[in-house]
Amino acid sequence: MNNILLFTETMIDVAVQISFIGIAISIVLLLYRIISGPSNPDRAVALDALGINLMAIAGITSILVVTSKLNDVILLIGILLFIGTVALSKYMEKGVIIDRDMD
Amino acid sequence: MLSLIETWIDIILNISIVLFLLVGTFFILSSSIGIIRFPDVYTRLHAATKAPTLGIASILVGAFIFLYGTKGIISGKLLLAIMFVFLTSPVGGHMLSRAAHRVGVKPVLKHQHDAYEEALKKRNVHRDNE
Repeated sequence: MNNILLFTETMIDVAVQISFIGIAISIVLLLYRIISGPSNPDRAVALDALGINLMAIAGITSILVVTSKLNDVILLIGILLFIGTVALSKYMEKGVIIDRDMD
Repeated sequence: MLSLIETWIDIILNISIVLFLLVGTFFILSSSIGIIRFPDVYTRLHAATKAPTLGIASILVGAFIFLYGTKGIISGKLLLAIMFVFLTSPVGGHMLSRAAHRVGVKPVLKHQHDAYEEALKKRNVHRDNE
């Protein structure tokens, strides 16, 4: 019985390594799209997905080093990602970020 | 007998953590491949806003179960992060698509027509008549 428990704990380590490798490959693909996007909205879309990948990296790191101090970091990355996406899209749309016409 | 049941519960929690992590990684990686392969901003938004939401929710649920199993912590911040991504990812995608249309990126259309541009033209004609 304890053998099965030890085996599943080893399986968690292997799954954490596989997840790190997969998300690293995903970030490399997104960096290609960010650098050579045909237009600026393409780069903004890829940056949005890159922030999601950073949240995933922080979550997997909190499993690798057994800690609960990274939960604030995950939540904060999510909030800053939303604010950044809204600011980028409004800047591309109108040229200003904060304005007074309610369109 | 009680320790046997606890051992089985730990085994089931570990297997569910592994499944959640692998499913989340699969969805995030497939969405990134979609961002590379799709031909257009609007189709790339499909890949960039739907699949990573499921992937990040799965990975954070895995971290939640891991923290509960090893330290006994019920972390509300992880559930709050899942809810936040679930609410704000469609809003960001909508604003990005509208900004792309206003900037002037033309969609790659094969079988449909550009309905949003026709609606904008109709609204502008309506405003001019008033």
